[in-house]
Amino acid sequence: MDITFYFPPLADYVATFPMLVLAVAALLCVVVDIFYNDAKGVAILAGASLLVTLLFEAARLSLPPAKALYGMVYVGGTASLVNMTILFSGFLTVLIAQPYLKRLGRNYGEVYALLLVAVVGMMALGSAANLLTLFAGLETMSVCLYILTALVREKDGAIESALKYFLLGAFSTGFLLYGIALIYGATGTMDLSDFADRLASTNAGVMFWGGTALLLVGFFFKVSAVPFHMWTPDVYQGAPTPISGFMATASKTSAFAAMVLVLGRALPSAQWQTTVAIVALLSMVIGNFVALAQSNVKRMLAYSSIAHAGYVLTGIASATPEGYAGALYYLLVYTVMNVGAFGVLAYLEHDNRQGDTQTVDSLAGTGQRYPLLGVVMAVCLFSLLGFPPLAGFFGKVYVFGPAVKSGLAWLAVAGVLTSAVSAAYYLRVLYVMWMKPSPDDAVAPQFEGVPPLAAVALAGCAAFLLLLTFTPWVMDAAVAFFRDVPAAIVSLP
Amino acid sequence: MLAPVLFFLFAAVAIAASIGTLLARNPVNSALSLIVNLLAVASLYLTLNAAFIGIVQVLVYAGAIMVLFLFVIMLLNLEATPVLEAIDKRILAGYAGGTLLLGAITYLLARGLGALPTFEIAESAAATGTPRALALNLFTTYALPFELIGLLLLVATIGAVMIAKKRFV
Repeated sequence: MDITFYFPPLADYVATFPMLVLAVAALLCVVVDIFYNDAKGVAILAGASLLVTLLFEAARLSLPPAKALYGMVYVGGTASLVNMTILFSGFLTVLIAQPYLKRLGRNYGEVYALLLVAVVGMMALGSAANLLTLFAGLETMSVCLYILTALVREKDGAIESALKYFLLGAFSTGFLLYGIALIYGATGTMDLSDFADRLASTNAGVMFWGGTALLLVGFFFKVSAVPFHMWTPDVYQGAPTPISGFMATASKTSAFAAMVLVLGRALPSAQWQTTVAIVALLSMVIGNFVALAQSNVKRMLAYSSIAHAGYVLTGIASATPEGYAGALYYLLVYTVMNVGAFGVLAYLEHDNRQGDTQTVDSLAGTGQRYPLLGVVMAVCLFSLLGFPPLAGFFGKVYVFGPAVKSGLAWLAVAGVLTSAVSAAYYLRVLYVMWMKPSPDDAVAPQFEGVPPLAAVALAGCAAFLLLLTFTPWVMDAAVAFFRDVPAAIVSLP
Repeated sequence: MLAPVLFFLFAAVAIAASIGTLLARNPVNSALSLIVNLLAVASLYLTLNAAFIGIVQVLVYAGAIMVLFLFVIMLLNLEATPVLEAIDKRILAGYAGGTLLLGAITYLLARGLGALPTFEIAESAAATGTPRALALNLFTTYALPFELIGLLLLVATIGAVMIAKKRFV
């Protein structure tokens, strides 16, 4: 190939437009921060770039899925849906985190740069068409999250949790990379759409399946599925609360999307279905039961996120396009619910009676005092619980239904039963917030209310969850869209 | 015919050197063993016709990074770690023999069950390892992962400075 005067085709620039915009915005955030400390413009820049790319992806949603940049990423269709979920989570996080970080004295431009680059990595991971892109995206995302975890380093446990996350994360990356190497050694390709042909034509043998097993270990770690979940509560507790919400939602969405691409597109389901089903069962049971015993609310939400990873894995374990579509729908709903719940917790910290070690008891009466936070928390927790008719309920229907159809009825039954268990800890939080009287000295003088933009973001989370319930056309459109997704996944080039 | 001989020669050197890195009680000896290991791996790259990667391995790892290691060891003035208790040679020989036997049995079992991959190892031409061939792939087909890795290294640097430097705005 003569590349003396070579330029990539214009289509490739269009395809990677979101990543380009976010990467440039991240660099600008760092540069602007050099000249203007604590500038409000940095957060606005980050938020605006996320919003622009969100709208761009929304416009691409109806395009047929295609590959771009020499078959490295998928664009359009399902990939756009995944990217939109990630970008939405990032956008809400910027709105919620800006006042929070300002209050902590951590409103650095670098934080927004790291957040934007993490989003770029997540988008590469969630729409990867090649194991190399998948790995590069995963590492970019992980490194940003390790750093963001250690942001408030004077805080008890922040450095500890970041170090724990880093060491375990590096270890799991090692597993993942070794898995990729074995798969490449066995098949001679890293392109996801080539695996099916190679597996049919050669006896890949134990080397390929060993590689796949190692790859799965890496994925299970990133989505914090049992038995690779031990880091989750410590990291969510140590990280700044809005960042915990971002980690719990966007990074899981992208890792799950990559898992759907690798498992659903590239590998015969007979070989991995049972493994994923068992991991799903363990995650749901252990996540929900251990959450019951937590007194710290952030740790409780961390264990609940482990349980939710189990619900999503149930949809993936069904190994049908409907199951994958259900998993992606669940991730969208889960993202909104969890960003909302962590956002409310972040602002309850400003109440300053317990700081960021919110126990269930310290929430007493907060619903009465701050009705907005109380109502948003109620909607998010009821939705996390899967209470009909909120969006979380429909999410569960879409992941458990396909599992039953694929003969995994036992898994769906376990999912419904453990969801019932989860009612105990979700409702306990709401009971304490709304029914318990607040202590006399409750209102701390430094609580100046929720800043307007963050309030809009939190109310937006609750509104989004209600919107999916009470306006049938949104619901219908969503269902219709997810009816199309199965066909879209199957017809990926 | 020469290729397997060279592979096993360099692989044995690499393994011996990495064991040496772990066992050396003096940090300088440990670092020097690591250099031997890196050179052996570079030789392995050369036998695979990956000339450019082999040379970069020598320049970057065996050269630049090891110099950094040695400087750090010198500046920190590390003492030699205490000598381990004497290990019984017979137990050591037992472990080594047992591992070899286990490896042989596993290999035979895997081959007997047909679990090993059955493809041919393709000989790569000398032209595949040149900087030109590498660049053609790196800046066209793999441009996206390449740029992502660039971004990754940048944020790692930014993050290290941000965490390490005390700054209260």
